[in-house]
Amino acid sequence: MAVPLPGDKTVVAQNYPLYIRSVPTESELKFHYMVHTSLDVVDEKISAMGKALVDQRELYLGLLYPTEDYKVYGYVTNSKVKFVMVVDSSNTALRDNEIRSMFRKLHNSYTDVMCNPFYNPGDRIQSRAFDSMVTSMMVQVC
Amino acid sequence: MYMVSIDVTLFNDSWLLIMQLCGAKRLGYFGRSQFYIALKLVAVAQSGFPLRVESINTVKDLPLPRFVASKNEQESRHAASYSSDSENQGSYSGVIPPPPGRGQVKKGSISHDTVQPRTSADQQEPASPVVSPQQSPPASPHTWRKHNRHPSGGNSERPLAGPGPFWAPFGEAQSGSSAGDAVWSGHSPPPPQENWVSFADTPPTSTLLTMHPASVQDQTTVRTVASATTANEIRRQSSSYDDPWKITDEQRQYYVNQFKTIQPDLNGFIPGSAAKEFFTKSKLPILELSHIWELSDFDKDGALTLDEFCAAFHLVVARKNGYDLPEKLPESLMPKLIDLEDTADVGDQPGEVGYSGSPAEAPPSKSPSMPSLNQTWPELNQSSEQWETFSERSSSSQTLTQFDSNIAPADPDTAIVHPVPIRMTPSKIHMQEMELKRTGSDHTNPTSPLLVKTSDLSEENKINSSVKFASGNTVADGYSSSDSFTSDPEQIGNNVTRQRSHSGTSPDNTAPPPPPPRPQPSHSRSSSLDMNRTFSVTTGQQQAGVVAQPPAVPPRPQPSQAPGPVVHRPVDADGLITHTSTSPQQIPEQPNFADFSQFEVFAASNVNEEQDDEAEKHPEVLPVEKASDPASSLRVAKTDSKMEEKTAASAPANVSKGTTPLAPPPKPVRRRLKSEDELRPEVDEHTQKTGVLAAVLASQPSIPRSVGKDKKAIQASIRRNKETNTVLARLNSELQQQLKDVLEERISLEVQLEQLRPFSHL
Repeated sequence: MAVPLPGDKTVVAQNYPLYIRSVPTESELKFHYMVHTSLDVVDEKISAMGKALVDQRELYLGLLYPTEDYKVYGYVTNSKVKFVMVVDSSNTALRDNEIRSMFRKLHNSYTDVMCNPFYNPGDRIQSRAFDSMVTSMMVQVC
Repeated sequence: MYMVSIDVTLFNDSWLLIMQLCGAKRLGYFGRSQFYIALKLVAVAQSGFPLRVESINTVKDLPLPRFVASKNEQESRHAASYSSDSENQGSYSGVIPPPPGRGQVKKGSISHDTVQPRTSADQQEPASPVVSPQQSPPASPHTWRKHNRHPSGGNSERPLAGPGPFWAPFGEAQSGSSAGDAVWSGHSPPPPQENWVSFADTPPTSTLLTMHPASVQDQTTVRTVASATTANEIRRQSSSYDDPWKITDEQRQYYVNQFKTIQPDLNGFIPGSAAKEFFTKSKLPILELSHIWELSDFDKDGALTLDEFCAAFHLVVARKNGYDLPEKLPESLMPKLIDLEDTADVGDQPGEVGYSGSPAEAPPSKSPSMPSLNQTWPELNQSSEQWETFSERSSSSQTLTQFDSNIAPADPDTAIVHPVPIRMTPSKIHMQEMELKRTGSDHTNPTSPLLVKTSDLSEENKINSSVKFASGNTVADGYSSSDSFTSDPEQIGNNVTRQRSHSGTSPDNTAPPPPPPRPQPSHSRSSSLDMNRTFSVTTGQQQAGVVAQPPAVPPRPQPSQAPGPVVHRPVDADGLITHTSTSPQQIPEQPNFADFSQFEVFAASNVNEEQDDEAEKHPEVLPVEKASDPASSLRVAKTDSKMEEKTAASAPANVSKGTTPLAPPPKPVRRRLKSEDELRPEVDEHTQKTGVLAAVLASQPSIPRSVGKDKKAIQASIRRNKETNTVLARLNSELQQQLKDVLEERISLEVQLEQLRPFSHL
């Protein structure tokens, strides 16, 4: 795409990435950096919940912080696995609901990956199904 | 290029010429087309024809080129083929598909032998893609099929007629080239077996298929070498023609046997860890095994059913034989039966249970069978679904099933909230019934189909009848509602209890909303059971059939089964209760009976058993003796479950008739009320009841004991209520204990989860 939407989906657990994917792959490093910095924001949001029970905590963290170029959305699962999505600010068509649904799909796919007994938690995610799902999602967005 | 390593019985210069002609030299490698061209040229050369470009097309009926492949070549070939991984499909150009399985090296030796006899085989190989019905797309399946062809009775069956025609279209055979590649690698069928054998031990290298899609004889040889695989191979061959991924019977039998070694119960699951162990033995890379798992675990539950296991096994076999893994599970491998009830997903259970149609069904196996107060809602939900079903069936106009959207998932982890059908004012229905009764109408209240439904329910609820939900209904209801039950009896109990509760003072005993007639079996069951037992024992009035029902299996933790129905129930119950209360002298237990009888009546027929009126003081007797035999008999027949026939009292039945077939909980309550109604002299009390009911409906009216007509009745009711209270209290404590246990489990699971995430700092 001419102006590709930097859809960077990252699955982070224990603060190291399990899976990173970006549409315009050339700026992948930049997305790595952005995701890493956004981890702090995610942590902050999680801790902001205080002692609230996990149940009461919403998984979708929403827009973590916007910059001039992109917006970062976060989502954290009950097992502290964080999903971070970086989208281009120029893409105004993406609504919050869509982001939520994307995170939900991500979460579901991630759960499927976890169900695989051959997957060791903490490994990089190499599941093809997961890849295809992420690809389709990013294609949708872009 | 292994091709290069093939020794052709040609002069080197001829070979060079061939290479030049086919373009390999130009390209620097042997592409698929180059390969084919080269082979053809080899044939041409071997036949003595001059090597020309046009000779490719002009020379027909060439004998297949003869190749003498050295062992090393084959091995290298194998190695080359192995290196190509799943993406190989297209990359087979020039690379003889590696023979399946790890024992390829050995195969090399075997194939070496087989090379000689290849003659036509070889030629056919490249040509086969051209000729054979191209199922080009997935090379693997195609390969499979090709492979099958090979084994089938030797090359004779090969559709590859002659070399000549094959070559001609080979230009177009690009698509088929994949098939050709597949062919090369298509030893799969036979190998699977051998490979499986290797699973258990080391790969029986010797048993591997011949490398090249050599003649059948080769394969046969190989097969014979292989142990215990011939049958499978043959099987495979014959079956794969239509569908490369189809599992033959022999294969399936083999898989099933393997499944049994892990899991003797064929309907059970193989847990992920066991499956991982098993498939790791196949020595496939973990990544591929992971992919296979993803394909075959159809329901994504982390465990393999028999079908899933066979599919996974089949895929592993295919992979070991060199077939690429498909991206999607082939249809023939899809598990045929997805046993919803066995799925670990609790969420499915309610649905299953709910629509099983028989309230008495225990919750799905996976659902905890723990009646717990806190889990009543989930259970209620579950039962509510059942109720829903009933209502739908009865299709009463009044039973427009509405779902209580306020149901809060009792189990936060369960995202599934069972729709709790909101009772269409069971109390109203009850009221109607009562009114009907009052008006002296026959007990048959065929008015509303609800009644019919109720009767259905009542059948199961009969048991509850024994529970004297006189005044202490509220409390009882609360407790009963908290029970988790999946069967109607429970529901009935709930009904009763609920009604009691409604009629009683405290609307909300335990359940969030005023314990509306909780259809939750759990509630009713446990509570009703206890209640029944208690009452029956204590009061002795209850029918002997102390509901010996075990604590109702808590229908899966359903958020709020009860809420919906409960809501309605209370109303109904209230109404009923009021009725009963109005006539305290009426045997309190009657109401229960009444309720049951009502239901039963409906079930059986709309015959009103209002004749129970006389059975007042002997509710327990009522069931049996009630004139409302139809109802009682129905009840008896139907409610063999915990709900004793206590409520067999026809009178209640009559009363219950009026009750709409709402959630069970209301039923008992209703019955109770009804029985009370019936007990009471209908005239006045009925009117009073109606009035009272109306009032009760609005809120939980305390059962007006205004009429101190019969002190004994009052005392009896008081006694009953106390008994109910004790029973419910006990139930409550039990449920609390269960809740604690569950919470402990949850905590332990969370701890385990955290342990799996060693680095989590959160």
